[in-house]
Amino acid sequence: MIKQVLSLVAIVLLAALIFAPMLINTPLHTSLTPLANYYATQGADDLGAPNLVTAIVVTYRGLDTLGEVTVLFIATAGIGFLMGKKKKLITPKRPASELLQNGASFLLPIIILFGVYIFMHGHLTPGGGFQGGVVIASGILFMMLINQDWSHNVFLFLESFSGFFYVTIGALGIVLAGGFLDNRILPLGTFGTIFSAGAIPLIYSLIGLKVGTELVGILHAMRGEE
Amino acid sequence: MLNTVFIIILGSIMLVAAFLAVYIKNLVSSVIAAGIISLLASLIYLLLAAPDVAMTEAAIGSGLTTVVFLLALKNIKQKEEDTDD
Repeated sequence: MIKQVLSLVAIVLLAALIFAPMLINTPLHTSLTPLANYYATQGADDLGAPNLVTAIVVTYRGLDTLGEVTVLFIATAGIGFLMGKKKKLITPKRPASELLQNGASFLLPIIILFGVYIFMHGHLTPGGGFQGGVVIASGILFMMLINQDWSHNVFLFLESFSGFFYVTIGALGIVLAGGFLDNRILPLGTFGTIFSAGAIPLIYSLIGLKVGTELVGILHAMRGEE
Repeated sequence: MLNTVFIIILGSIMLVAAFLAVYIKNLVSSVIAAGIISLLASLIYLLLAAPDVAMTEAAIGSGLTTVVFLLALKNIKQKEEDTDD
């Protein structure tokens, strides 16, 4: 009892310490910082992407995105190493119901198409490689639910393919444009069309494929454990 | 103003779901409660005009994380059944 009360008091004190300064003197930002101001005013002219978030994620802060993809890769590799050793799949106690089978096979192409749409239009609409990749992974999850697995080698190949070309395109930026992961290795095109903003659609599509296949790898490893 | 009211309502439901996730005895329900927190968080991001973050939160937080937790629960249950036999 005393332990519980003490931990409650500790939590409340800690929360007060963290949140009280925020409540008392939160500065009201009425103007952008110089860097944010540059992104907001020059970003569209510089990179030709209407969705400024994508321009920042893929190009201005492209190295961070490469780091995020690497972190995800390491996490997948760890899960695969720890959980994917046993090759035997869990044998389902009963086959998937007819409703699930038909529903999943009907929805699967639509979900995958939607995922591809999200990362192809990352420079035009909200969303991009990460969101599209997760949507694709949830489509593949449907297929796992009805026990109709594709060969996992396809995903392994796609993962290494997209990772390799992501870094290759990034390195091309050093030679052909301003620096690593510069998107201006391709012409910027007409502002607001799908084939515009230089290499951003290409890079984001590769990121989408990489994230999607990595998440499928996680699901595969967790499901394949005996 | 209306935005603030919505955010306060969603935030209170999130708090309730967070307490449920910790204190519910049934593990599956507690995983679902954790998923609800992410879903409501993504709605709040949408209200705060951050659709990119909202999409990520909805897809990863409430979709994939829930599935991974459920798969882990399934693995644990299978192991327990194996040791019981």
